[in-house]
Amino acid sequence: MADQQSGETGVLLNESAGRLFGSFDEKDIRAVEQGQWPQAAWAKVQDAGFPLALVSEVAGGFGIPSAEAISLLRIAGYHVAPVPLAETMLANRLLSETGFDVAEGPATVVVAESGAFALAKHGDSWRVTGRADGVSWARHVDTIVLLTEHAGTSFVVRLKRGVASIAPAMSFANLPADDIAVDTEIAADDVRAAPSNWTPRSLKAAFAALRVSEMAGALARVMEITVGYANERVQFGKPIGKQQAIQQQLAVLAGQVAAAGGAADVASAAFDSLDIVAIAAAKVRAGEAASIAAPIAHQVHGAIGFTEEHRLHFFTRRLWGWRDECGSERYWSKVVGQEAIAASADGLWPFVVSVGSGQGA
Amino acid sequence: MSFFTFPNPPVMPEAEKLRGEVRAFLAEELKTIPPHVRAASWSGFDADFSRKMGQRSWIGMTWPKQYGGHERTSLERYVVLEEMLAVGAPVAAHWIADRQSGPLLLRFGTEEQRQAVLPKIAAGELFCCIGMSEPDSGSDLAAVRTRAEPVEGGFRVNGTKLWTTFAHRAHYMLLFCRTSGSPSDRHGGTSQLLVDLKTPGITIRPIADLTGAKHFNEVAFEDVFVPSSALIGEMGNGWHQVTSELAYERSGPERFLSSFVLFAELVRVLRDHPSEQATVAVGRLASHFVVLRQLSRGVAWLLQNGQNPALEAAVVKDLGALVEQEIPDIVRSLVEIEPGSERTAELARTLHYTVLAAPSFSLRGGTREILRGIIARGLGLR
Repeated sequence: MADQQSGETGVLLNESAGRLFGSFDEKDIRAVEQGQWPQAAWAKVQDAGFPLALVSEVAGGFGIPSAEAISLLRIAGYHVAPVPLAETMLANRLLSETGFDVAEGPATVVVAESGAFALAKHGDSWRVTGRADGVSWARHVDTIVLLTEHAGTSFVVRLKRGVASIAPAMSFANLPADDIAVDTEIAADDVRAAPSNWTPRSLKAAFAALRVSEMAGALARVMEITVGYANERVQFGKPIGKQQAIQQQLAVLAGQVAAAGGAADVASAAFDSLDIVAIAAAKVRAGEAASIAAPIAHQVHGAIGFTEEHRLHFFTRRLWGWRDECGSERYWSKVVGQEAIAASADGLWPFVVSVGSGQGA
Repeated sequence: MSFFTFPNPPVMPEAEKLRGEVRAFLAEELKTIPPHVRAASWSGFDADFSRKMGQRSWIGMTWPKQYGGHERTSLERYVVLEEMLAVGAPVAAHWIADRQSGPLLLRFGTEEQRQAVLPKIAAGELFCCIGMSEPDSGSDLAAVRTRAEPVEGGFRVNGTKLWTTFAHRAHYMLLFCRTSGSPSDRHGGTSQLLVDLKTPGITIRPIADLTGAKHFNEVAFEDVFVPSSALIGEMGNGWHQVTSELAYERSGPERFLSSFVLFAELVRVLRDHPSEQATVAVGRLASHFVVLRQLSRGVAWLLQNGQNPALEAAVVKDLGALVEQEIPDIVRSLVEIEPGSERTAELARTLHYTVLAAPSFSLRGGTREILRGIIARGLGLR
């Protein structure tokens, strides 16, 4: 595929994603946070083909580089689109790389520690046993994809609707994040060996890379909303954005938005090679950006931004939740820190350069 | 939807090849210089080192060959800069000329000025200093009082510049001054002159900083005659020119790597039995550097494409100074620095230097508050 052509396809996709996600309103977001399935919204996302953005053209994708596909999630994050797009994109990628057909409807991926699910061969079928908490959107999806290790190999297991028992729960961001349990026999056709670079940890990293993009998008919007408010809100006879104290705070916010954007670029570039350390660094930085930026946005908004009625919390609650999902700053800092210390003093700078190179670790 | 643009530059094979050459050179050149000396980073002045860099074609890398440059890309230049800074190579002698004086002359200078100065800068033999700040004009650069009065055949300059880094070792100053009007005219009536520091009437007095080092100066001009050929660009266009010079000044990796030598020494001491707390802290810092580098390379790419990265550079410099300044306290929180401990002795010396140097990181090249004001303006708030 020609680079330029794919670039143009990417631009067109981004434009249509902006229009589509921008058409969802606060009513749609609230309905999802109250437990409803966003049937109409999802139908539009599916019609646009976005759930297949991370799979090859042969499998139904757009034939664009992964980094461009992931930028759709930045736009979804910017609009806090109330649909399981990251989840379904990742599920389809994993299914497709493992030789499954892509999912027909919404899908999700289980991020669990190694050993959370056990796999045993039973004649022609497999017995799958295990449980995981906080599985995004599990109750609403047609396909739950999980990855587990068996006899030294990673296997991808496809759970069709109804196979797992699901206890509904909500995430920090008030999105479905259900507890699932499986103890059942499934057909051999639903279990396949995964390519060797897929492990429970690399799957967690892959999901984290997508979350980082959503965070970067949400942060960009938080900045836009907050700057807009500072220019409108008049106190002491002038917009509060004319006050240096507010300007300095907004400049700090802007710096964090830039950092999250840079982190998203690092993570997106590392997605194909599943460069865990690069994605880890990106998730660490994006999480810190959220921690610094969200309080500034609230401070500048004053009391109105603390109300349920104001839209700011749709963004800040997700940012606070996404910091912890797919590995927090602490979790991924340890991964980066171990590598950095192992690189030793004289190897520290070459290590930093290699992590940012997008060449894989 | 976006207030600023940080492009995602490609990794270039030729730049990575160059990186290997630079690392080999530095390993040889710096092998006897201890970390606490290298911690001075781009404040370390060594004219011989600069000449060697010039011989290797690592100064003026992006400039046209006709002026002694090497017509390489901004990303290749970036590789040389970041490799130098990461190990604390003593690059101060040529740094300012390579970073901003040369590019300014390329853009606004006369053909005569370019011919006279640029090839020597690129050779690592001619050093420049920045004539911006004054006793009454720090962050408020438009308040400059130094005046160049047009006279027969040139200008007569009177006034005082302050905090002029390495003026006492430099050959030329790029002087920002007033050529008409008064400070109340603000941006109007200012110009830039290329001043030979050997000119009679110039007195350079070094000022020790709190580390004890003498790198900045007070430079007094008393009835100094400067020929008309010294005018850079247009009379009265000084403000526009100097702000573009500041974009170069703020755009590089020196704005986040000033404490990197200390970070590396921390890792040296932690090596054997890092606590979980230490591993997390090191991982967090490394993550910051990965992302700062991503943003900073984006700024280099904007320069490569002829765009003005003033806003993006301010963002990176502000973020970078925060990280540079927090490293000393992170070191202190992770390692007990005890007198007489051989294990931590070099770390302690490096820490000592960096603690003292750190206040300057958010002052030089534009204070934190000025940068944040620039960012706020970029957000449409002023």
